[in-house]
Amino acid sequence: MELLERFAAGDLEAFEVLFRQHQKEVYAWTVRIVRDTGIAEDLTVETFWRIYKHRAQFKPDGNFRAWARRIATNAALDHLRHTRPETTLPENLPSATSPDGTVGREARDSINRAFRELPAKYRLVASLALVEEESYREIAQAAGISESLVKVRVFRAVRILRKKLNSLRAEVATK
Amino acid sequence: MSNEEIENMKELLKQAVAPVPDSELRRDLWPQMLSILDKQPLPVHRVPWFDWVLAAILSAVLIFFPGSLPALLYHL
Repeated sequence: MELLERFAAGDLEAFEVLFRQHQKEVYAWTVRIVRDTGIAEDLTVETFWRIYKHRAQFKPDGNFRAWARRIATNAALDHLRHTRPETTLPENLPSATSPDGTVGREARDSINRAFRELPAKYRLVASLALVEEESYREIAQAAGISESLVKVRVFRAVRILRKKLNSLRAEVATK
Repeated sequence: MSNEEIENMKELLKQAVAPVPDSELRRDLWPQMLSILDKQPLPVHRVPWFDWVLAAILSAVLIFFPGSLPALLYHL
């Protein structure tokens, strides 16, 4: 019997082989979303736990890698939904860029905070599409949504980030 | 919204958001996985008690009245 068939039938040894084959890739994908190594390790294990629990739903002629990535994306998204970002404001917020075009430290902090405060589904696409420069197609497959919906979410994420940055600046200016 | 705006935000984010600290997994996570599998055993698929009773009745009927087999097959 093939490895994937044995896995789908509940063979623990087959699952261990698949785990060892794919754990690095699942981790590398997850850490790009959650941006924390410890959390990414926990979510990698959580992903494989979900994979094992739902093994009966896996079709042995299917693509295990894509299936695992989809489950990893959902696990990371669940994590982002349940973690609350810090909400403190920095002392001052200078303009986003200095004359040489680089971003100042305080501005960097505020952009970073605005990024972390994005709703989970927008943070997911912002992290993958804008920071990691993954293709829309790759993100769409991993998130189980259409490419056009990924584009829409990227646009909305950028709009939310702009609004947040503007309101943070305004808030500091009134202090 | 133009692509230029998206590209600008990309640049801002790249400078502001810390790069992924370590995208290479440094240790084997299988022991952690095993401990979770041990803690949360999967529910064993149980056959309901009434199915066992039904099977027992059916077996008894077939043993004591083998002539009922054609009738049973007819109704299946």
